[in-house]
Amino acid sequence: MNYSIVFYILGWILNVEAAFMLLPCIVAVIYGETAGWCFPIVMGISFLIGTPLVIRKPKNTVFYTAEAFVAVSLGWILLSIMGGLPFLISGYITNPVDALFETVSGFTTTGASILTDVEVLPHCLLFWRSFTHWIGGMGVLVFILSLLPSLGGGGTHMNLMKAESPGPSVSRMLPTVKSTAKILYEIYIGLTILQIILLLLGKMPLFDALTITFGTAGTGGFAIKNSSMMDYSPYLQNVTTIFMILFGVNFNAYFFILIRKFRQAFGSEEVRSYLLIIAVSIAIITVNIMPMYSGLSESLRHAAFQVASIITTTGYATANFDEWPELSRAILVLLMFIGACAGSTGGGIKVSRVVILMKTACKEMTQVLHPNAVKKVKMDGKLVEHEVVRSTNVFLVVYLVIFAASVLLVSLDNFDAVTNFTAVAATFNDVGPGLGMVGPVGNYSAYSNFSKLVLTFDMLAGRLEIFPLLILFSRDTWRKF
Amino acid sequence: MDIIIIGCGKVGVALAEDLVQEDHNVTMIDTSPERLQTLSEDIDAIKLVGNGASIAMQMEAGVQTADILIAVTGSDEMNLLCCLIARKAGKCHTIARVRNPVYSNEINFIKQTLGISMIINPELAAAMEISRVLRLPSAIRIDPFSRGRVELLKFKVKPEFRLSGKSVREIDNQIGGTVLFAGVERGDEVTIPDGNFVLQDGDLVSFIATPKNSVGFFHNLGIHTNRAKSVLIVGGGTISYYLARQLASMHVRVKIVEKDRARCEFLTENLPGALIINGDGTDRRLLMEEGLTSTEAFVTLTNMDEENVFLTLFARENCGAKLVTKVNRIAFDELLSKLDLGTLIYPKYITSDYIIQYVRAMQNTIGSNVETLYHILDGRAEALEFVIREKSEVTDIPLMNISLKKNLLIACINRGGVIHIPRGQDSIQVGDTVVVITSQRGLHDIRDILKK
Repeated sequence: MNYSIVFYILGWILNVEAAFMLLPCIVAVIYGETAGWCFPIVMGISFLIGTPLVIRKPKNTVFYTAEAFVAVSLGWILLSIMGGLPFLISGYITNPVDALFETVSGFTTTGASILTDVEVLPHCLLFWRSFTHWIGGMGVLVFILSLLPSLGGGGTHMNLMKAESPGPSVSRMLPTVKSTAKILYEIYIGLTILQIILLLLGKMPLFDALTITFGTAGTGGFAIKNSSMMDYSPYLQNVTTIFMILFGVNFNAYFFILIRKFRQAFGSEEVRSYLLIIAVSIAIITVNIMPMYSGLSESLRHAAFQVASIITTTGYATANFDEWPELSRAILVLLMFIGACAGSTGGGIKVSRVVILMKTACKEMTQVLHPNAVKKVKMDGKLVEHEVVRSTNVFLVVYLVIFAASVLLVSLDNFDAVTNFTAVAATFNDVGPGLGMVGPVGNYSAYSNFSKLVLTFDMLAGRLEIFPLLILFSRDTWRKF
Repeated sequence: MDIIIIGCGKVGVALAEDLVQEDHNVTMIDTSPERLQTLSEDIDAIKLVGNGASIAMQMEAGVQTADILIAVTGSDEMNLLCCLIARKAGKCHTIARVRNPVYSNEINFIKQTLGISMIINPELAAAMEISRVLRLPSAIRIDPFSRGRVELLKFKVKPEFRLSGKSVREIDNQIGGTVLFAGVERGDEVTIPDGNFVLQDGDLVSFIATPKNSVGFFHNLGIHTNRAKSVLIVGGGTISYYLARQLASMHVRVKIVEKDRARCEFLTENLPGALIINGDGTDRRLLMEEGLTSTEAFVTLTNMDEENVFLTLFARENCGAKLVTKVNRIAFDELLSKLDLGTLIYPKYITSDYIIQYVRAMQNTIGSNVETLYHILDGRAEALEFVIREKSEVTDIPLMNISLKKNLLIACINRGGVIHIPRGQDSIQVGDTVVVITSQRGLHDIRDILKK
């Protein structure tokens, strides 16, 4: 383990976070909020710690997968700790565990909150809370990669990208990782601006438009009202629905559109499956909830919004889906696990993994019927390498183990099974709201500190796809040889 | 003595060379006429073409009157069969080379039931030699005598030891006479030093001491002698397999880099303690990623001498690890010894050392015999261990009164398990084990140490 380069990267993370905090400062100045003072203080702390770490580029530039994974997971933990300080310093959250939970929930784009009343927060804190979604959606390391000069050997950037990007495999769109990171952020910013404009056209106030868009873009789900998205006009809700679905699409598709390779953009099996799942779910739920609403258009609007919100793991709500019929609730819980496309900002198991797993199961069935058959798993007409299939299977197993362990640990708080199960599902898949006490109108404040820490771990593990976080617990990682 | 060697590969030829030099009558058998023809005429031996396991062939070679039959063909089973037939046909001692790891745990059974005198496994012997060195990384080479009670250690004098310019006597006084300097290699020159010999930086010094005293000696020089706790091995051959097994029992962390996927799978199945990496050992990035810079020992065991040497040179530049290099071909050994490659392991030397040692011990029927023999000082001197079984001209006489051959040193006397570094007043007694260092080849009996 090359600690010097890990610290160098951590230093950059601190500095970049401090730079990001300039935005809530501006918000504080505009609204004249004194609570805004907490941001310059935290920025100062971040700079003080961060600058000495980056002042000298480490001589030892040995940087491999292990360093990348450690840098990413430690980076995210550090980011969350520093990001939580403004809440503590301003006094709006008094419990440090709560502050950590809230910020991790922000950066991992979960949107699970421990606040019972978000409307009492000053604008600057609300802004920061939503802005963490936007930062976490595409990833901090990817952001740093697109700015920073080369750190070390050729593999440096790819390793970092692999560790931070969701999905079973990372494809680079451009020859260099740096330019790939740049184009990713350009697409991200482009879509963000487009949504802000569309929301403003629907007469949404600028502050609301910004924060809602940040939550949508990162597929986060922190709203600035206690009622989440319920009070906005149908137009605004529909715009949000569409953008949630768009941000859940693999960003490669947008890249192909940009370079005018439309067939590849729309031919992707993953994107098609993703859209199909959404369409089918919306159809079933619309019919299922029809009796509760005053007609097809209203139930369609709510069904579409909730399905989009859950499958992309955003977590906004226009209706209290906890009160919906069992079938609809069950579908929504299943959608939590499926999650968005790989290479998007969403969480969950990822559609591409689900597709690979299904195809593996089909292959296995053929193998039972024709023991000597030679069959391979293919996707988009290309062979899925055995290594990818294997790692997908292993991912699922580890995912289930952590899931089960988390449910067990959270059950110590003695809440009902639905609440515990969906609380873990909603945090581990980075969705936000679950069912029962943690439903769209509830929150996580009732859980004990211990459970909150377990759920915090789940959120980070879900966002970083488990292994970067797990290797922190391996003795091998810290040993010199 | 009459000796039959079956199989004229690298080891067979090396053995024949050594045995002929010691005035034995050697008969060589090989199936390939070309190979026998290409052998240089310096090997003054009968060369027969044929199958060594055939009784007719063995009769032709004179198995009935031969003293020793050595089977070193490429096949283990062939070697065992040759020995088995020789046992039935004649009364000779038999030596077989058996290298398949499958048999390595069954050697004793095979030896007893087939009546084979000695079975040598060159890879296992090499692995044992490496693991000995890894236990005391400051030494380049460690050879045990008297079942490990005494060791002959070789190390390189570096400036930080501050030994340069000191005479052997001064150093002796400084450390209290617990070790005995047995030989010094300086450039091409090999000396068995006396008290006035002055050391220089870069000298390769061999000394004899008990394991405890050798650690103390290195401590005195300010060298850390902690055994290596992590080892990176390149090449997953049989030697690495044995080595990893031995190191695992010493709780050393082992990583093996091996090119061949199937071999990796075999290794990971049979070496649960070791981490097997599938990759090219000459891949610089891979080595760095697997911690070349932080490993405590780096062992190159690929089949390519060039790769081994090259990797060791690379490692020398990039880490402070203890280096061990395997070399198969000894033709360029002077060159290699100049390169500072750490410990050099010659599996071929090891095999012939073991066999020659046995041959000498056998040859000796007069009461004392050679227990152990090592080629030391770049092969230009030998360290021999004799057991004194009966009275002779050398026993019970103070050593200062014995006129020894030139370039001969009585290095230590083991009396009832207690190791003495002999002084002038000491004498050899019946029952002792004596280690003698000499540049004169062909010592067979303890009486050969006398000047004639």
